[in-house]
Amino acid sequence: MRFLKESKQFLVVAFIIYVILKALFVFGVASSYIQQIVQYAVIIALTSIGLNIIYGFTGQFSLGHAAFYGIGAYTSAYLTKVLGIDSLFSYIPVLMACSVISGLIGFLIGIPILKLKDDFLAIATLGFGTLVRVFFDNSDKISDVLGGSRGFVGIPKITNLELVLFFTLFIIVITRHMINSRFGLFWRCIKDDELAASSIGINTANMKLMAFTYGCMLAGFGGAFYANLYTFLHPSNFDILKSIDFLIIVIIGGMGNIVGTILASFIWVGFIEGLRIILPSEVLDIRWVVIPILLIFIMMWRPYGIMAKKTK
Amino acid sequence: MKVLEVINLEKSFGGVKAVDDVSFFIEQGETFGIIGPNGAGKTTLFNLISGIYTPDNGKIIFKGKDITGFMPYKLSHIGIARTFQNMRLFGSLTVLENILSAVLSKRPYNIFQAVFRTNGYTKGEKNAYNMARELIDFFGLNEKADYPANSLSYGEQRRLELARALATGPSLMLIDEPGAGMNPKEIGDLASMIKTIKDKFSVTIAIIEHQMNLIMNISDRIMAMDFGEVITTSTPQEVKKDKRVIEAYLGEELD
Repeated sequence: MRFLKESKQFLVVAFIIYVILKALFVFGVASSYIQQIVQYAVIIALTSIGLNIIYGFTGQFSLGHAAFYGIGAYTSAYLTKVLGIDSLFSYIPVLMACSVISGLIGFLIGIPILKLKDDFLAIATLGFGTLVRVFFDNSDKISDVLGGSRGFVGIPKITNLELVLFFTLFIIVITRHMINSRFGLFWRCIKDDELAASSIGINTANMKLMAFTYGCMLAGFGGAFYANLYTFLHPSNFDILKSIDFLIIVIIGGMGNIVGTILASFIWVGFIEGLRIILPSEVLDIRWVVIPILLIFIMMWRPYGIMAKKTK
Repeated sequence: MKVLEVINLEKSFGGVKAVDDVSFFIEQGETFGIIGPNGAGKTTLFNLISGIYTPDNGKIIFKGKDITGFMPYKLSHIGIARTFQNMRLFGSLTVLENILSAVLSKRPYNIFQAVFRTNGYTKGEKNAYNMARELIDFFGLNEKADYPANSLSYGEQRRLELARALATGPSLMLIDEPGAGMNPKEIGDLASMIKTIKDKFSVTIAIIEHQMNLIMNISDRIMAMDFGEVITTSTPQEVKKDKRVIEAYLGEELD
């Protein structure tokens, strides 16, 4: 099939990984906790790819990515709970809705703020992220179901390995097609020199908005899967610190590198959750010392990301 | 036929008139030179014509159509291309990608065709690739096609910028100081290259340049500017002799 042709190699590798994972799950080698972590890593990868489009490819520094992830999560939580959705079949429209809502909000916010550059854009997206967090904190005043600062409880568990993995693969194929087309090329032009890009006929405002909206849509998908995996949401899961997590993953994986982002997501989730298993609970907080030190070393060793060639 | 007509154009920056009541026209097929000391408003004029700045006053007419205040990308689509004084290449993109981006900006296919890899996409990409290859060939950048633009030598980068501007399929090209930092031999090559470009791609050229032997050699008419105003517009021979031009810019008469 033509649609899958370009990504054949990638999909074969992904399928082999799936078979191995499935075998580990079925034969009970991996505990349900590990199964959850694997799905979570895929969700983080999907969301981080969205940020990579916005920041890594197009060069728009966003500190508000977790807000769009949160919008997807709360939308899905609300819809699945209120509509009582529990089958995969009826879940797909909900997923689409989450992505469209995240994307639409990204689009509307993007129209005014994407005119800003660098630090100014960072401040504007940070402001938006804070706004969304405050909204989640006070959401119980709008509808009691949303839970406000107590958190959103009792979300149906729908996300499973097949759903999240195959859906993410589908999105990655689409994303690769966009990147390997004139649109991806334009995004990279804009990142290098926006003025020159407009002078050769690229509608830079539209292309930036398109990248931002698409990135937010992926965050919407990711958030939705997250809500229906953990069945509990808390506003603190979607604040600035979470946005920084995504940024770190994009930078470790390499700006404009999709495979790198996927690897970095697994490394990131693996470290944070893996150390939880290895370290005794009394010293668990030492994670937050180990990880930053590790980050410093990674940046010294491979400043352009783990997938980049070693630099001179 | 007049390709470009500029009427009473004005632009100020914080009280300083960078372009002050400038009027001129460019005929189809000619090479129009612009000279003047630093700060005379030459580059500002190019920035106004290519849409990077919007004029405070005045009009710009391109092929009989008022284009004042158009966005740069739109001006590129209707046939105005430019190069920059300080070369603005896409440094991390390869030579091929630099040129492809300019070819592909003419909307050969849409987002759905790209996502589903339809025939429209394949055809659009193939045509663009062939055209980009031709340009790379013409500018002698074949061996460097897959190298990032910022790894090229200075002269190669200058050529790449010309190639990229031509890739947009322009009828008017604004070239801003192509000879900056070049030695006499390179200037000579550049002069013949600009002449070849003009014939082969049938473009009209407006060029800003400080290298007198280059601009006097290739221009059909020259406009001299100082303090944002036009001093004179005439043939190279006339401009060379003009008292005001000598006083403001040339210093002494050339022979």
